[in-house]
Amino acid sequence: MEGVIRGKAHVFGPNIDTDQIYPGRYLELTEPEDIAAHVMEGADPDFVKNMAPGDIVVASRNFGCGSSREHAAITLKYARVGAVVAESFARIFFRNAINLGVPLMVCPGIANRVSTGDELEVDLARGEVRNLTKGEVYQGEGLADHILEILQQGGIKPVFRRRLGIE
Amino acid sequence: MHALEKILARAAGVKEVRAGEIVNAKVDLAEVNDLYLQVIKSFYEMGGKKVWDPNKVAFVLDHYAPAPTIKSAANQKVMREFVWEQGIPHLFDINAGVCHQVMPEAGLVWPGMVLVATDSHTTTHGAFGAFGTGVGATDLATILISGELWFRVPEVIKVELEGKMQPGTMAKDVVMHLLAHIGTDGAVYKAIEYTGPVVEAMSVAERMVICNMAVEMGAKTTYIHPDDTTLAYIRKYCDRDFDILETDPDYQYSAVYTFDISQLEPQVALPHSVDRVVPISEAPEVEVDQVFIGTCTGGRVEDIAAAAKILAGKKVHPKTRLIVIPASQEVLLESMKLGYIQALIEAGATLSTPGCGPCLGAHEGVLAPGEVCVTASNRNFPGRMGSTEASIYLASPATAAATALTGKLTDPRTVWEEGGEV
Repeated sequence: MEGVIRGKAHVFGPNIDTDQIYPGRYLELTEPEDIAAHVMEGADPDFVKNMAPGDIVVASRNFGCGSSREHAAITLKYARVGAVVAESFARIFFRNAINLGVPLMVCPGIANRVSTGDELEVDLARGEVRNLTKGEVYQGEGLADHILEILQQGGIKPVFRRRLGIE
Repeated sequence: MHALEKILARAAGVKEVRAGEIVNAKVDLAEVNDLYLQVIKSFYEMGGKKVWDPNKVAFVLDHYAPAPTIKSAANQKVMREFVWEQGIPHLFDINAGVCHQVMPEAGLVWPGMVLVATDSHTTTHGAFGAFGTGVGATDLATILISGELWFRVPEVIKVELEGKMQPGTMAKDVVMHLLAHIGTDGAVYKAIEYTGPVVEAMSVAERMVICNMAVEMGAKTTYIHPDDTTLAYIRKYCDRDFDILETDPDYQYSAVYTFDISQLEPQVALPHSVDRVVPISEAPEVEVDQVFIGTCTGGRVEDIAAAAKILAGKKVHPKTRLIVIPASQEVLLESMKLGYIQALIEAGATLSTPGCGPCLGAHEGVLAPGEVCVTASNRNFPGRMGSTEASIYLASPATAAATALTGKLTDPRTVWEEGGEV
């Protein structure tokens, strides 16, 4: 996992649920590349065209509420979204994203301060977001140690592979 | 400690846990549904070979029951083969129904257990005094390998429901009323315990509804202290031993909310958020294309009974479709025996076999752009039941049935037969 992630911001509102991150009609898909093709489609059908790898999804409160579908984390990971920074996250999405090694940060008030297109640096180690376009710094919340550890090992799969002695 | 903390402490093999602490707890039942082929993929990707205890694993093929596409059929095929190869005894195939109804009816849910499933509505099982919570595929796969999962011990919010429910209101109205006040993230990472005379008077089916939709407030799990009502239900299906853990008198809840339900009228959640809840008297007049009664929220015998009592001997509005999907095979059989299914079909309903149906927009009645649906299910997010340009209103099964009758969003109390009771 990279310590600092740099990319263009795409700003969303509150309660972006998992149907907006990944619509239910595609739940039968199982290949990561197929799943990635529908990233954020329920919230913005053009997102997939407008984003570049490493770009940062910024959202208001309760990002990822709704279903437990792991597709929501898979689609962000394989569309190569750099990080998701939100005012708060729903619990199951939060676990899924960490398990897959998708960097997350909780950052109070961020959705009102960042505009789509701003160039951001997300510094996971320092728990801050730097807005290079606006010249501002936002203080986020650090991740709990055991969660940071999972992220630093690249997600829960490498953790288990090591535990089972196959890595 | 709270009873939920005692459950987690026991499962983690420690004497005491505190809110905020991370514990590794042993899981009594891990359930996978048919949206989650990724569980099996992650299991093998992590080096899994045999599941830790086949008797503690269940697979329920409910979201795509029966398979509507070649791809979903192929996913189910791999799941069945995994179940047979691993010697897992609990396979509930496409004839069984929705996991949260099927598992208690199979005797797999009991007070004090830890139940983890690949479904956010696993909060339902607090109705039985179980610690039930939803996770994603890879978390579930780690349980299949290790038999345990890390949990953050949740703070507990106490929700006291005072007064008495009025005729024409259902448990769905109560929980939507709570959502209006607590909001979609008022309980994130927390547990909700329901208490009070309204809860004590509720049937198990009603308790399952208020626990089910607690996840729409962000809750990780729920709890209703088991009483005679709970035990009568559990004993019908489950013959294993269990003990009921008590919350210590000095336990400090993170918040206590008290609601008096006595004046509550039927509620409606407007598009496109579960907490845009208004009393039906303040809801807009809206013509409705489709009504759906079913799912882990609104597809039990009591729900189908409410619809049948409103629609028996009448006809669904000619411009409105009514889809009815019982939550399980047992619910379907019981509803047939009681004559409800006959009455609903004669009224013009479309019946599908047990499963999740159109709730998640997969099949069996998805919505076209511009269509309006009133549903007894649990989510009205944009695109949830099909087109993102459709509008979904959440309501009780009684309100849904009254709406099917008139073709527009309707207060069930206005179409009541004299002396009828829902």
